[in-house]
Amino acid sequence: MIALVDYRAGNLSSVKKALDHLDVDAAITSDPELVARADKIILPGVGHFSATSVLDETGLRGAIVESAKRGVPFLGICVGMQWMFDSSEEAPETPGLGLFPGRCERFPESVKSPHVGWNTLVCDDQSRLLRGIPTGSFVYFTHSYRAPLQEGTVARCEYGGEFSAAVEKDRLFGVQFHPEKSGATGLKVLQNFCGF
Amino acid sequence: MKGVQFQRLRDAGDPAQLAAAHSEAGADEVVLLDISATHEARATLCDTVRRTARELFIPFTVGGGIRSLEEAMAVFDAGADKISINSAALANPSLITQIAGRYGSQAVIVAIDAKRIKLNLNTDGDAKDGAARDGDARFEAYVSGGRKSTGRDAVAWAREAEDRGAGEVLLTSMDRDGTGAGFDCDLTLAVSQAVRIPVIASGGGGDTQSFVDVFQRGGADAALAASIFHFGLRHLADLKSELQSAGIPMRWPC
Repeated sequence: MIALVDYRAGNLSSVKKALDHLDVDAAITSDPELVARADKIILPGVGHFSATSVLDETGLRGAIVESAKRGVPFLGICVGMQWMFDSSEEAPETPGLGLFPGRCERFPESVKSPHVGWNTLVCDDQSRLLRGIPTGSFVYFTHSYRAPLQEGTVARCEYGGEFSAAVEKDRLFGVQFHPEKSGATGLKVLQNFCGF
Repeated sequence: MKGVQFQRLRDAGDPAQLAAAHSEAGADEVVLLDISATHEARATLCDTVRRTARELFIPFTVGGGIRSLEEAMAVFDAGADKISINSAALANPSLITQIAGRYGSQAVIVAIDAKRIKLNLNTDGDAKDGAARDGDARFEAYVSGGRKSTGRDAVAWAREAEDRGAGEVLLTSMDRDGTGAGFDCDLTLAVSQAVRIPVIASGGGGDTQSFVDVFQRGGADAALAASIFHFGLRHLADLKSELQSAGIPMRWPC
């Protein structure tokens, strides 16, 4: 069973629908015990970085960290991916998980923000999450902050400079774009993750 | 291509099936506008949204008659990714902030129906509007499906909507709507230069050149074809490939 972690920010039903479409058993939950027992964990997220502070208050952070240590595959989406970094300019007082180094920052003044719409990926051939997804594939973004490029970056996107569109390390994965809203390409990403 | 606006729901067919077909044909987003938008129709709308969202894996916007946070919540719960508000936002601008506070700015589109108003200049040429020349225009925001003038300047209203937390502006030229005569690039440019959020141009989309113009001269971030059925599904694909050939960045092939 895949736990879709509900921390009362954004709409989880679209991710659930995509998993239903792929015939994957998933449950939306905010129960740390259920999360701790899950085979895989997905942390979706739309909204403000500070909303992730709910994860601390409810004991979900501990459950996620423990599972990640045991090698349970974890996928963060959008703000869920940003939370895997050290911190974000959006809410400097809210600590991230620090699984990937760096601080998420605002887009420069030179481009419109939020970054909304379809944009292309430059993919690392070695990525397991993006297996079968070539460079140039379009995916759907909607975000006002972005994660920096770092060693775990497996897909880059260009919008007022390059940022991390997908990250992976061991069994930890993150995507800035919305796989549940990115048509066939996005469903393929979710299918890859569900296969781990 | 911004997507699909369903007018005359009953005549056009089942929205859920149409949305899936348009998604398959290469639409980048689907917009479902409930043009009847009566209170009684609300439950039906949510049911339609639910059925449409179930097998749709591209962004899905729902609009028409959403007047309160509660009504917006019901539509989000049914599976909408974004909601579009128009009259209610002008009547109660804090609604934008309320919905954005709960679902994020990316989930709130403020729709503006704008009409071109010719400036009145004195006959002796002593223009009271300073640099205004004959033929210059300003744009006024209308509500209630274009039936009622608000007296608000459309550009100023777009700026206020952004300040209050709107994530996108869906800008419709009432003068061009349904004409196929091309988007109002002056209007689109005026708004897109005034705000930092994306502007979706609507009203007047016709041939390929009209889309090229609104992206290149109007500074539009996206274009919505309100009369999509005039294009037909096959033509949506043709339009996208032609726009890409014209150098407009485009999700194509999908």
